[in-house]
Amino acid sequence: MPTGRRSGGRRHNVVQLRKYERAMEESPLHPFELHNWVPISLGGLDISINKAVVIMWVVVSLVAVLMVMAGSARKLVPGKLQSLAEIMVDFIRGIIMDTMGKDGMRFFPLIATLFLFILFCNLIGLIPGSYTVTSQIVVTAVFACLVYGLSLVLGFFLHGIKFLGILVPPGTPGWLLPLMVPIELISQLARPISLAVRLFANMTAGHVILGVLFGLSISGGLLIGWLPFAFTVAMNGLEVGIAFIQAYIFTVLTCVYLGDAFHLHGHDEHAH
Amino acid sequence: MDSAAAALLGMGLAAAGFAGAGVGIGYIFGKMIEAVARQPEAEARVGKYMWIGFALVEAIALYGLVIAFIIMGLRK
Repeated sequence: MPTGRRSGGRRHNVVQLRKYERAMEESPLHPFELHNWVPISLGGLDISINKAVVIMWVVVSLVAVLMVMAGSARKLVPGKLQSLAEIMVDFIRGIIMDTMGKDGMRFFPLIATLFLFILFCNLIGLIPGSYTVTSQIVVTAVFACLVYGLSLVLGFFLHGIKFLGILVPPGTPGWLLPLMVPIELISQLARPISLAVRLFANMTAGHVILGVLFGLSISGGLLIGWLPFAFTVAMNGLEVGIAFIQAYIFTVLTCVYLGDAFHLHGHDEHAH
Repeated sequence: MDSAAAALLGMGLAAAGFAGAGVGIGYIFGKMIEAVARQPEAEARVGKYMWIGFALVEAIALYGLVIAFIIMGLRK
């Protein structure tokens, strides 16, 4: 009897795998579909609870608990957790000091929150069965619009109407202005879009590649299927790196945009 | 031409943009190796910018992927 049950389990697994294979063939994006767990509607606004929302709660509580625990029992000779927190804080401070200078430290809470949230979202998405929240363009677009809107508000608040000078690169001769201003305007408007799409596309593409490779190893069988499967191991390693780099890039570009609004044409104006 | 076939061709053409990103990534790592070979002590500083450049170039390739997905969505 036990043998019968075991083979039944294997048959069940095969059925599951075939189902996955067929779904991957139909659309490689099907792992990113979200289904409402608890449908909630607030005045026509859909605020249902689904997997992405739950994972976001997990990420937020994980980061908060980790940082509070690391900071609650501070010692001169830090333990493991405190060292980790210190390295992260030092890393984020380094980014801010390099791109914005000393007065950028006012934005440390915002930048640190963005970095840790994106980093943990990216990393948690690598656990099988979990969900990458940053593979939803809604999430990344909200972050990008927030950052870009903040840089605009900050620029107009600090420099007034002179902030429009950001559309004129320093040292442009007058006759080039009709050409340079539209180009600069387009490059400014492309900033939030590229910021959002970069993170979203990186996260989505990594998981699609993994999904396609797993599909290949299932349909390849034992004879040749181990090859794409071995490749997924390497891809997973690359994905961990990408998760870090993308969180880092997002943070650096946030700092650069905010720094542009701060200093308007580089550090020389800031020096006086 | 069948519109479904045209969509598939378009998706393939969007993927062809990866060639440019391949050139870019090769250029970045090649220049990085060149720079480190000349000045090994600069590795940490150059490496930081290399990874930023790598991620930016890779993102350009993925814009092509996004366009392919948009075409796939339009296909139905």
